[in-house]
Amino acid sequence: MKFTWFNLMPWPYLPDDFRQKNRSVWVDIDQRLFDPAKSHEVYNTYMDLLEYADTLGFDGVGVNEHHQNGYGIMPSPNLIAAALARRTKDAAIVVLGNSIALYNPPVRVAEEFAMLDCISGGRLVAGFPVGTSMDTNYCYGQIPALTREKYAEAHDLIIKAWTTRDPFAFNGRYTKLRRVNLWPRPIQQPHPPVHIPGGGSVETYDFCIDNTYSYSYLSFTGYIRAKALMQGYWDRVAERNAPDASPYRAGFAQTICVADTDAEAERLYAPHLHYFYNRCLHVYPGYADAPGYRTIKTIQAGALSQYAPPKGFGELTWKDLIEGGHVIAGSAETVRERMEELIKGLNVGNIFCLMHVGDMPAETCMYSSKLFAEKVMPKLRGALPECEGDERFWCKPLAKRVAAGALPAAAAPRVPEPA
Amino acid sequence: MQTRTVETRRAPVRYLEGGSGPPLVYLHGAMGMTPGDPVLGALASRWHVHAPYLPGYGGTETCGELRDMLDFTLHTADDVEALALETPILVGHSMGGMIAAEMAAIAPHDVSRLALIVPLGLWLDDHPIPDVFSLLPFEMPAYLFHDAEAGAKQMTAGLDMDDPEFLKAFLIGNARQMGMAGKILFPIPERGLAGRLYRIKARTAVVQGQSDRLVPPPYGEAFAAAIPGARLVIVPEAGHMVVVEKPEAVVEAVAGLG
Repeated sequence: MKFTWFNLMPWPYLPDDFRQKNRSVWVDIDQRLFDPAKSHEVYNTYMDLLEYADTLGFDGVGVNEHHQNGYGIMPSPNLIAAALARRTKDAAIVVLGNSIALYNPPVRVAEEFAMLDCISGGRLVAGFPVGTSMDTNYCYGQIPALTREKYAEAHDLIIKAWTTRDPFAFNGRYTKLRRVNLWPRPIQQPHPPVHIPGGGSVETYDFCIDNTYSYSYLSFTGYIRAKALMQGYWDRVAERNAPDASPYRAGFAQTICVADTDAEAERLYAPHLHYFYNRCLHVYPGYADAPGYRTIKTIQAGALSQYAPPKGFGELTWKDLIEGGHVIAGSAETVRERMEELIKGLNVGNIFCLMHVGDMPAETCMYSSKLFAEKVMPKLRGALPECEGDERFWCKPLAKRVAAGALPAAAAPRVPEPA
Repeated sequence: MQTRTVETRRAPVRYLEGGSGPPLVYLHGAMGMTPGDPVLGALASRWHVHAPYLPGYGGTETCGELRDMLDFTLHTADDVEALALETPILVGHSMGGMIAAEMAAIAPHDVSRLALIVPLGLWLDDHPIPDVFSLLPFEMPAYLFHDAEAGAKQMTAGLDMDDPEFLKAFLIGNARQMGMAGKILFPIPERGLAGRLYRIKARTAVVQGQSDRLVPPPYGEAFAAAIPGARLVIVPEAGHMVVVEKPEAVVEAVAGLG
């Protein structure tokens, strides 16, 4: 099992009446709600928490990309990842990911990911999301019905750039380059492991299966609701005659809060969960799914956007969140039990642990993360014996890595040896 | 109106045909077209109307080979050629007007008479066109009709959004249609037409609904100013769906082309 500590980086100062007074947390959120001076502390706290997760023994620390979004102040995950590559020691740097259809030319992603892999000593896990419709279409102006074609081309270019040692010409429809010649190039060979975040597109299932990429379902609605979607994925794995159904072929994001007792969990976490689920997820339905973004096949299969359920999001109570499985919260034992249900029920080897929720203060988040790392994680390690020995979907760091701040003790003149 | 199909290089094209008189080609807008559309009936009273569906519309498949404005323009020119009509009048509404204007600009000797009804294709910073791709169905009538209430009734007649099967069919239809339209209209419905309108040689009428809140009157004025000799026809008490609200005014403007 691989546990990645994830922070969406929500803006923690959305007002109480945000939902009443604003149409959307995303795309056209009121910029005045962002206070740059306050963000200085918010960013640094969030980055400290990611570094703290490394010291707790999480297998990875995770970042992602959203634009013009009140619950994600991380339009460039690579900036955060670069800082983490320096300040963390062992954890994988899981960038989930770069929306590759948005980078021009996409070689930029091949380069930046290579830099991250080199700086971190081979600790990069590379994510390539198509991107949500809000990010990709409504914020970054990509034409919905062409987004997937552009994405596919960008993917092919990046992989070719990573794996080709001589300059080559790339005559794509969306990118034309005369000399692709990656410099620097990643440590991990043939390239860093790739995870693809998806939301139920059949095409994305096939893409992962055919390329031996891990399929990540980054939902906020929890493992109970994810059952049908993940089953669809595993059915597809069988249908396409994949050589195995390794749990590492899949990842799942789950909101997790651990306390001493179930009752304490409610006292500590309910307000922050309320903030996230009832304030941060307030997305104007018109932005959820630009026509053409999802393929006809996917709509026919019944996969609708998680951001705009036909009936809208009501106010979710603690009881709703717990019973519905949106959130796994409680004592270490309660959390362990439900995590096992999740892991076995969905057959997932990669867990993206959403340990920071909404406007949770740092010490509360540390408390929950520490309890999870010490009292839950060790007991889940062997939950899926099928994971054993499968290294295809995780990073392979250099055995010997340097640490940040390893300069010589003092400045000194060193005369070059004669040639 | 009869439904027929004609083969073109990129896709089989379904089209509506009806009426009698000199030939006329009608290109529908992004909202699509049905055989019962008032403007088709009105035009068919004077002309032999051919109204091709863009791939993805009228229950047809989308076409991956159509990606950009040039593809849309040449595909539609192929349609018209496949219909083998003798110097038809070319009429386009909204997105159809944008395509028609491109056709007339790219091949000025192929189009002799042109009617652009509240066409898209220009962008004026002082009059930003609302983003139809993020509008919810219930928000649309206010932008589309002079009389939003009557328009809303017309748009939702017989639709039951609470029926999950209907909703799915609606979403699929919408994804096909607006997905295709988005290739030339998203995120801003402008693909450089302003730099090409000077080439148009057709006798041209620009029809503008006076209370169009989607493509307001300054657009009609800008089209008329950029196309040599174009006549601007302002239709009072008509919105973007002037083709529904005042079809007789559209007929009159087309008739004026001779």
